[in-house]
Amino acid sequence: MARRTPLFAIHQAAGARIVDFGGWDMPLQYGSLIAEHHAVRRAAGVFDVSHMCVVDLEGEAVRPFLLKLYANDVGKLTVPGKALYGCLLNERGGVIDDLIVYYLGEQWFRAVVNAGTRDKDLAWMRRQAEPFGVSVRERADLAMLAVQGPEARERVVGLLSGAGAERALALGAFFGAEIDGWFISRTGYTGEDGFEIMLPAREAEALWRALTGAGVVPCGLGARDTLRLEAGMNLYGNDMDENTNPLESGLAWTVAMGRGRAFIGREALEALRARGLERKLAGLVLEERGVLRAHQRVIAPGAGEGEITSGTFSPTLERSIALARIPASASDQVQVDVRGKLLAARVVKPPFVRHGKSLVG
Amino acid sequence: MSKVPSDLKYTRTHEWLRTLPDGTVEVGITDHAQHALGDLVFVEVPEKGRKVTPGEPFAVVESVKAASDVYAPVTGEVIEGNAALANAPESINTDPYGGGWLARVRPEGAPGALLTAAEYEKLTAEEGD
Repeated sequence: MARRTPLFAIHQAAGARIVDFGGWDMPLQYGSLIAEHHAVRRAAGVFDVSHMCVVDLEGEAVRPFLLKLYANDVGKLTVPGKALYGCLLNERGGVIDDLIVYYLGEQWFRAVVNAGTRDKDLAWMRRQAEPFGVSVRERADLAMLAVQGPEARERVVGLLSGAGAERALALGAFFGAEIDGWFISRTGYTGEDGFEIMLPAREAEALWRALTGAGVVPCGLGARDTLRLEAGMNLYGNDMDENTNPLESGLAWTVAMGRGRAFIGREALEALRARGLERKLAGLVLEERGVLRAHQRVIAPGAGEGEITSGTFSPTLERSIALARIPASASDQVQVDVRGKLLAARVVKPPFVRHGKSLVG
Repeated sequence: MSKVPSDLKYTRTHEWLRTLPDGTVEVGITDHAQHALGDLVFVEVPEKGRKVTPGEPFAVVESVKAASDVYAPVTGEVIEGNAALANAPESINTDPYGGGWLARVRPEGAPGALLTAAEYEKLTAEEGD
């Protein structure tokens, strides 16, 4: 039996097509996926992301614990409310999960991890936390909504108190704060501005209704996937996993190797670097008609072969785009085996779209 | 509930057939099928002159999420693919039995086992609409 969020009945009543995602019954789309996608690029959409797992990490040694556990450097987190994206790595440098860590206090950090990796993440964190005396507490009492799009912040602050609205509007990118009893952060997974809101599960339905009543469009996981891919953001399990490392997954920018930091996986990554990286995660734009899909074969003339890790039709660009793991020496022109035909694709550096605008010409 | 026009024939794989006055047949995918696929973004129609047999994949329809084969419902020769779908694949979503037609085929011999509208409606009801 799949798990359900506090908003499941609302999704069902709205006629959403429900799919299993990471062990949860989640809305794929309510009506037209493309219309939901455009609503986020042009106005505002709301996603139920309550399936994501919120974990509070508490204790005197929580910072040293995260310095070891997290491949990004929590030393960068000095102002309360600041968020930092990064990876949990295993000893081989493989990616256990990607997550966001918020700095809430010197003895209190909050991680948001993927739904499908919840069990192994919690087990890994608890095992590593023990010698540090850090408590790892899942916040299953919280629901989470992502409100995204150029008009998203405006719609959310309309529901807050005067002082709350002021504080929410003052949040910088990748900052969060407790406001009017909710944890509101200026983060997201769409390439647009917006907020993610963690709130008590029993309040989720009222917030959902207030937002949709204010014209915010309900959006499902289908649009979430096309939006994040246009924004060049990785999806765990597709674009990286325990058998791939962050350096060959477009995530080198999240790995802080400086200052002799001793995080789990560091030695393996150093060894990989010393040997030379053989692959890279690149963006592809299909130059012909068709749709790129995960697992299609990529041919990089003179450099070898690779594979698409995520592919879709981009509603904003009106052509197909993908992330692909290809030889590091690949030129900017490759071919993709699309259902038995070799189609030309151009290699680009993601993101493809940012704040509603094409970045790939 | 999806639309199932009573004057058409259907297949178990969700194609529809319309027999035109000149004896050729027009083929498309049903309202039920387009709804299940979601927004269509790419369509590959068969080339003129191609010989097809029942059950053979002869067109591809791709939504944002997935690609699906469309199967030839009869034996015969393709006389036309719907070229308009190249720039307007969404016609299949908005008008599956009209502007969203995929191909016209000149049938040879008797058609295979086709379903009536009532039979097709029963099939989709069993699959869940």
